[in-house]
Amino acid sequence: MSTITATGSGLRRVFHQRRLVAGMIITALVVALAIVGPWIAPYGEHEIVGKPFTHSGSFLGSDYLGQDVLSRVLAGGRSILVISVLATALGMVGGILIGLLAAYVGGWFDEVLMRLNDVALAFPQILLALLVLSAVEQPKWWMIVLLVGASHAPRVARLARGVALGLVSRDFVASAEALGESKLRIVLAEVLPNMSAPLLAEAGLRLTYSIGMVAALGFLGFSTDPGGADWGLMINENRLGLLVLPWGVLAPVIVIGVFTIGTNLIADGITQLAEKGAES
Amino acid sequence: MTSERPNADIARLPQPTGEDAQSRGDEAGKTRNVGGNGGAACTVEDLRVGLSGRDIDVVDDIDLLLEPGEVVGLVGESGSGKTTVGTALLGYARVGALIEHGRVLLGERDVLSLDVKDVRQMRGEEIAYVPQDPASALNPSIRVGPQLVELLELRDIGTAEERDERARAELAEVGLPNDDEFLRRYPHQLSGGQVQRVALAMAFLPRPKVLVLDEPTTGLDVTTQGMVLDTMGQLCRSHRVAALYVTHDLAVIANIADRVAVMYAGRIIELGPRDQIFDQPAHPYTRALLDAIPHLKQARALSGIPGRTPAPGRRPTGCRFHDRCAYAQDRCAETEPEPYDVGPDHVARCLRVDEIGSWDINLGTVPDSDPDKARDLILSVRDLDVFYGRKQVVHDVNFDLARSECVALVGESGSGKTTISRCVGGLHRGWTGTITFEGRDLANGARRRTNEDRKRIQYIFQNPYLSLNPRMTIEQIVKRPMKLFGIAKGKAATDRVVELLEQVALGPAVLKLQTNRLSGGERQRVAIARALAAEPDILVCDEITSALDVSVQGSIVSLLEDLRKSRGISMLFVTHNLALVRSIAARVEILKAGRLVEHGSVVDVMDSPTEDYTRQLLENSPSIA
Amino acid sequence: MAQVKTETPATETTTDEPRRGRSATVAWALWFARRLGLAILTLWLVSVLVFFATAALGDPIRAILGKDYESSPSRVATLEDQLNLDQPLVQRYFDWLGGLLTGDLGTSLSNQLPVSELIGDRVVNTAVLVLVSALVMIPIAFGIAMISAHYRGRRPDHVIQVVLLGLAGVPEFVIGILFVALFSTTVLHVLPAVTISAGGEGPWQNPGSMVLPVLTLVFAVTPYVARIVRSTLLEVLDSDYVELARLKGIPEGVVMRKHALLNAIVPSIQVVALQLAWLAGGIVIVEYLFSYPGIGASLVDSVRNNDIPMVQALSMIIAGIYVGVNLIADVLSILFTPRARTAITS
Repeated sequence: MSTITATGSGLRRVFHQRRLVAGMIITALVVALAIVGPWIAPYGEHEIVGKPFTHSGSFLGSDYLGQDVLSRVLAGGRSILVISVLATALGMVGGILIGLLAAYVGGWFDEVLMRLNDVALAFPQILLALLVLSAVEQPKWWMIVLLVGASHAPRVARLARGVALGLVSRDFVASAEALGESKLRIVLAEVLPNMSAPLLAEAGLRLTYSIGMVAALGFLGFSTDPGGADWGLMINENRLGLLVLPWGVLAPVIVIGVFTIGTNLIADGITQLAEKGAES
Repeated sequence: MTSERPNADIARLPQPTGEDAQSRGDEAGKTRNVGGNGGAACTVEDLRVGLSGRDIDVVDDIDLLLEPGEVVGLVGESGSGKTTVGTALLGYARVGALIEHGRVLLGERDVLSLDVKDVRQMRGEEIAYVPQDPASALNPSIRVGPQLVELLELRDIGTAEERDERARAELAEVGLPNDDEFLRRYPHQLSGGQVQRVALAMAFLPRPKVLVLDEPTTGLDVTTQGMVLDTMGQLCRSHRVAALYVTHDLAVIANIADRVAVMYAGRIIELGPRDQIFDQPAHPYTRALLDAIPHLKQARALSGIPGRTPAPGRRPTGCRFHDRCAYAQDRCAETEPEPYDVGPDHVARCLRVDEIGSWDINLGTVPDSDPDKARDLILSVRDLDVFYGRKQVVHDVNFDLARSECVALVGESGSGKTTISRCVGGLHRGWTGTITFEGRDLANGARRRTNEDRKRIQYIFQNPYLSLNPRMTIEQIVKRPMKLFGIAKGKAATDRVVELLEQVALGPAVLKLQTNRLSGGERQRVAIARALAAEPDILVCDEITSALDVSVQGSIVSLLEDLRKSRGISMLFVTHNLALVRSIAARVEILKAGRLVEHGSVVDVMDSPTEDYTRQLLENSPSIA
Repeated sequence: MAQVKTETPATETTTDEPRRGRSATVAWALWFARRLGLAILTLWLVSVLVFFATAALGDPIRAILGKDYESSPSRVATLEDQLNLDQPLVQRYFDWLGGLLTGDLGTSLSNQLPVSELIGDRVVNTAVLVLVSALVMIPIAFGIAMISAHYRGRRPDHVIQVVLLGLAGVPEFVIGILFVALFSTTVLHVLPAVTISAGGEGPWQNPGSMVLPVLTLVFAVTPYVARIVRSTLLEVLDSDYVELARLKGIPEGVVMRKHALLNAIVPSIQVVALQLAWLAGGIVIVEYLFSYPGIGASLVDSVRNNDIPMVQALSMIIAGIYVGVNLIADVLSILFTPRARTAITS
């Protein structure tokens, strides 16, 4: 009975957080667009509907090849969505594992791990991806997932370790140790649940950066499917037509921008929610 | 029944029935002019501080008078509003609060009616403030010297050399070195006692007329506390400064205050000369507080006050204390009492002041534990040396614990008492020597001990806000040891949890709550329930009441006494409070810098100490009796 | 609530002897040497990563030649020779490292010129871009943060916060393209969309063309800095020592300057440094977008052309900037924190 009210009041608190709600709505809209898009697009993504950069096709006009901009925008989100989410998940899981391990084991293990982490941190995130892409002819989608995820992991690890360190020395963890709880159980039941708020917020932030990076890689021309509809790639393809028909560029740009605003609002909303919860 | 009142010129007011009684009470309060000096240094009239934007008061109806050279103690537990009153004297309210009406007269001028610039001007020179936590109140980036003279410099008082001289003189007055090296230090390079004395020197430097001190000795060792209080007393007397000493510690007040004001839930519920307050407290709350305070010279059965202090906005109608009061009647819930005279210059806000009879401090006295009682040893510590890394912090400690007995480990900070208790509890592994439990040697860390040993020795932490997992419900927290040690499972376990919660005076209503809904005292009870869930033979209590209010401490202590007597649990009780030791322990071990200085039965050690250090500790421990 | 008395080992410092002057300098020198050593170690490990990431993955020759791989075995042989592919990997690494340390950055595969010649000017161009952006960003970010802190909790603060939040996550090329659309191509036509610079002269000699790249970088970096500086300011303003300064009777102006700002500097330095270091990576996209002749655009081209020596050299430079800026930030924070300063000399 009281568990239900406990969750009930928890949900109510979530809905009072305006930023969180706004972020969730925006993100949901874009995600829906990306998923459902191809099915409701008026034309296929490769269908030529008229001369390039003219107002033929549906109301956004045609792109550099004459394909319908609106249809390509509707179709171009899936790959970015999937890759970003996977990369974020990979980065989070990897980073949390490293960070938790370093914090709990401590000692020289922690030192070595953190030195290596610092090396990975010495790279601007996009540089790693570019480095590897320079030696490869045609990137596969899983490569991009791996590269983006690997660039997130050291940053997540640093955060996770910081939070975990703060928790590991707390009295309630010491109390569990005195009771003789197994180390695994302590990590899972005592430490991890208390990290959920900062980790969730970080996940939101990482997702924001993932989207930005994957789109940027597309923008730079490193696509996994040249010619296919992809928001980042579209921006690059249609740049020449910016003076004549800007929608080929602006439509994907705006969609990407809105998407990142949404995820960032979610991340910040979670942080605010956690702060309020800590206060009560 | 009613005691003699020497100043019979003030007629005893009849039972209040009408509105005119209120104005008479106020008049009497205002025109009474104590002391032969004429003008009071500071007068507070009808002060009200509320939460901004809401019709909720933090404190209301506050009237106070401060005479030059006198110390008035403002006493209250957390949530009483005492700090709010203290800072209101400087025209300051913290973020979110607003001084709504009233007057604070410093000499002739009303601080609350001045504009911001003039208020700033008054601060420092007319009225000064000594903060609660000096370590965080001094700017960490500015050296001691410049911070001391900062105000004088800004107000262009004297030349640079004169200011420097005054600063050095002031430092000497508070017993600190005043050489260049000391002046060049940063606040983090000073010890707690030194920082507090710097704060005192800083406050006295511009020679204010009124001083507000906000719990300035909390967190300090007893010896340092004694020094700071002496210094403060001397400075006040020699410079004729009126001081308002805000604190929760009645024992400290008993030693330094001339008059005492007791606050509860935003009201001053009793006000009078110190001797009157401590000999003949009139208000039930004051009496309950005094009942909860342990004494140095005799053991007492401490008790607490049921319920908890209401937050602003949740205070009951009528008398604010009635829902926790043993003497409450129906009318107490309807009418808010005015300050009624109960003696010369002594008022209390209680409708039943004349009905509830007198109070005897000795009512709570119990005999000390029998020093010659037979001891059935359950725990033995021999040749204990404890290390942090390579540094040795505890040297060669030996003591025993018997069944159903409470042994107190006493010392100041750095004495090693907590360290020793952690070794016994299995929380610290770096020690050599033997700790024997029921004839078996215990392994160094909890992980290496047997399940049985871990079960039977339970550890309770000092800070109840940190020792419980904020993500778990109370039920999960208390149930866990039962599952770990195979005591009970499922429904049977839940039943036992309910039983335990009832024993620690928390109902089953808290089962599904998380800890953020409980007060400090309630959380500590949960911690005790968790420890009891393992059905231990020994409870290691590490300063478990230091973070709690006095009345809450009283109830926790009485709970522990019950447990000890009814279940035969032994206790290792770590504390710095010697008076508490008298009431709770049978034997005491006095520690200094990691070594055992004196030990024995409580009666012997505290009545006839053999070591100088023990004597010093006893002398410096503030006590009511 | 009663203060919690925590047990600490005795830390009385009443009887400490005064600090000796000479050993303080030694302690500082040692500390700095350690920091520098760590930075160098990190850079070395980075070089390993850079080399092996580019040289060990995939077949570089195939990547460079693409379809021509099959049809021109002679070119394959030339490239093999140039890249010394017959030698073991580790040997090639040390050759390359040795070259780096002596100033020989290798030869570009695309145009067969020494790398150092090709990038010399570009490094300068990028430096100018980053410098100008930083100089513009810092006062703006601090200004916004101070305004926001001043109006804390009220309307202006909320509005500023929401705007900053929205901007903070948006990728820099989105911002850049929107600016291009706004000022160059679609809405207004006042600024050039591409940096115009004749060969040999720096782009700053045509300031109009630098406006958009700088603006983009500033907009990309300012939100985060402003938010952190604001929250630092608020934390400091809520602190006990600021409260005590006010209760002491110190006028508000002095409280803000001497007590609040002084203690807000260190976290602010750290966040500014962090963002400057981020700029080292952010310029890649922005330079490419505006065709700005800097090392970022160069890097993208090199990656496209699989010009491995160029990529390696440029990556090292960028990583070097990153590590260098972080080191400076570290040193500055220690200098400004008395607690850390005294900890070093003790």
